Amino acid sequence: MERDAIRPVVACRGLTKTYGSGETSTPALRGVDLDVRPGELLMLVGPSGCGKTTLISVIAGILDQNTGSCELFGQDLSRLSKRERVRFRGKHIGFVFQAFNLVPCLTALENIAVPLLINGEKREKALRQAAVQLSRVGLEDRRDSLPGQLSGGQQQRVAIARALVHDPGLVVCDEPTSALDHETGTRVLDMLKSLAVRDNRALVIVTHDSRIFQYADRIAHMDDGTIIETRPHD
Amino acid sequence: MYKVALQMLFGDRGKYLGIIIGIAMSSIIIIQQPSILVTMLSHTYSLITDISLPDIWVMDPKVRTSEDSRALLDTQLYRVRGIEGVEWAVPLYKGSLTVRLENGELERAVMLGLDDATLIGGPGTMVEGKLSDLRMPDAVIVDQAGANGRLAKQMGRPGEPRIPLRVGDTLEIDEKRATVVGIAKGTPTFHSDPVLYTTYSKAKNYASSERKLLSFILAKAKPGQSPRAVARRIAKATDLAAYTAEEFKQRSLDFMLHNSSMLINFGFVVLVGFVVGTAVTGQIFYNFTLDNLRYFGVFKAMGATDRMLLCMILLQALLAGLLGFGLGSGLTAAFAASTWSNNDIKLEVGLPLLGASGLAVLLIVLAAAFFSARKVLRLEPAEVFKS
Repeated sequence: MERDAIRPVVACRGLTKTYGSGETSTPALRGVDLDVRPGELLMLVGPSGCGKTTLISVIAGILDQNTGSCELFGQDLSRLSKRERVRFRGKHIGFVFQAFNLVPCLTALENIAVPLLINGEKREKALRQAAVQLSRVGLEDRRDSLPGQLSGGQQQRVAIARALVHDPGLVVCDEPTSALDHETGTRVLDMLKSLAVRDNRALVIVTHDSRIFQYADRIAHMDDGTIIETRPHD
Repeated sequence: MYKVALQMLFGDRGKYLGIIIGIAMSSIIIIQQPSILVTMLSHTYSLITDISLPDIWVMDPKVRTSEDSRALLDTQLYRVRGIEGVEWAVPLYKGSLTVRLENGELERAVMLGLDDATLIGGPGTMVEGKLSDLRMPDAVIVDQAGANGRLAKQMGRPGEPRIPLRVGDTLEIDEKRATVVGIAKGTPTFHSDPVLYTTYSKAKNYASSERKLLSFILAKAKPGQSPRAVARRIAKATDLAAYTAEEFKQRSLDFMLHNSSMLINFGFVVLVGFVVGTAVTGQIFYNFTLDNLRYFGVFKAMGATDRMLLCMILLQALLAGLLGFGLGSGLTAAFAASTWSNNDIKLEVGLPLLGASGLAVLLIVLAAAFFSARKVLRLEPAEVFKS
């Protein structure tokens, strides 16, 4: 898909999401509007339970909203079949998780190759591309290491390489620095921003970590299921 | 992704071994018990198997198995010989006699009295001596299992090794002397009694207390005649029961299956093996999947389709099943091979049995995969954001 410099990567309008039903129902999103542009790093911040994770889940196409629309690269995911949506996600979205979620029995190189393998790439080619990405995150000498043999920072760098290996237009990150010390977290964010933004990707990061706010182009403050303020980072 | 699935399976060595051992143990039970049952059931018609020359067996209508015998009038033999389509017919005596060993011990044995002229019904394989030696005075041929086992000579105290019966040794049957002139190989009888072969006329001497000796009439259909049709003709003309060898085998087998608890007992053990195998394997495989649920969720979020995840789980289950079944069937085959030196319990693991057991193991792994896959397919990919 062409990355359009003008058209937003993410365009959400009036998103609502409620968990449960009847008396036990809990509204998580109450009419969220949000745009994310190519090459932009947007941070979603706010207290626990304010709906940040629900919002990135809807943005990433892994959770359905109740009402409203969410377009990714101009495509309304709710109009796609389940299978088409899964394929779309595999091609256009990269994920970075709080707990890294690297498969423990796969080497760093094999973990990075997973999104390519899911997209049907041949193993040899996938591993070659993964090796290029591994060198970009400065871990070329750890290609055969298992996740358990890597430090937290190294594991998150592998996770970043995995999120970028299939060249997605959007990368969603859930608390990418919360399991890391400040220094390591800062280095990881440096790397994430430089690698992602360099290729004009959009980054949406959910975080509580105010020490990394400096990396944001814009910060969206959420509370009680709504975005109460969106402002550029000073 | 299939290689990734295998790496995940092999990566968790403890559970991987647990699954394989669980399936192997189930396979052993599922293969071995029917193998023992089939071997034991085949002993119910060992007499018919060993006497291969005649294709028609004539007997009293009340006879239910080849282990059973009810005496016929000798004149029936001549009636059968006169029926159209019968090429030849010979008498066979089958009775149970008591043998006194050299040390005075008494043993029950099966005696087969063969037609004096043709010796039809004699053992197929002689280990020592010749079948024609039965024509010598007091001659008997002893089956190898009996000669090495229950009829072997106890020279020392009970419990000490016995000396196998050899050609030239003597026995006492109903206070009459019998000389061993040969040792033969035969399929063990259902009760594993020793088998003594002699001629029909000498059998009359050993079983002198019995008024009638003719247990079976063994007949052969003329070339071009259907043994089944000739058997029906014999039955109609004589009011006796007449079956082809295969029919008589089936009749013996059916009687044993319907009138003993063997099928229920063995079937129950196989069922327990199947259920325990499914429970143990299913539980370990399910736990293995639960341990990897987070990663399946990650794959799902990254674009893995349900079909891809299902194939990964099936591959893991089928490979574990194949390895477990291979190990189990290999161990069972090795055990069966170790019994081949012992004629009494010569177990065989045939291809139909392996096929049926393989199918049962396939059901076990598919059940294990089903419950695991259900969990994975129901997993919401958004769960991956929960730390």
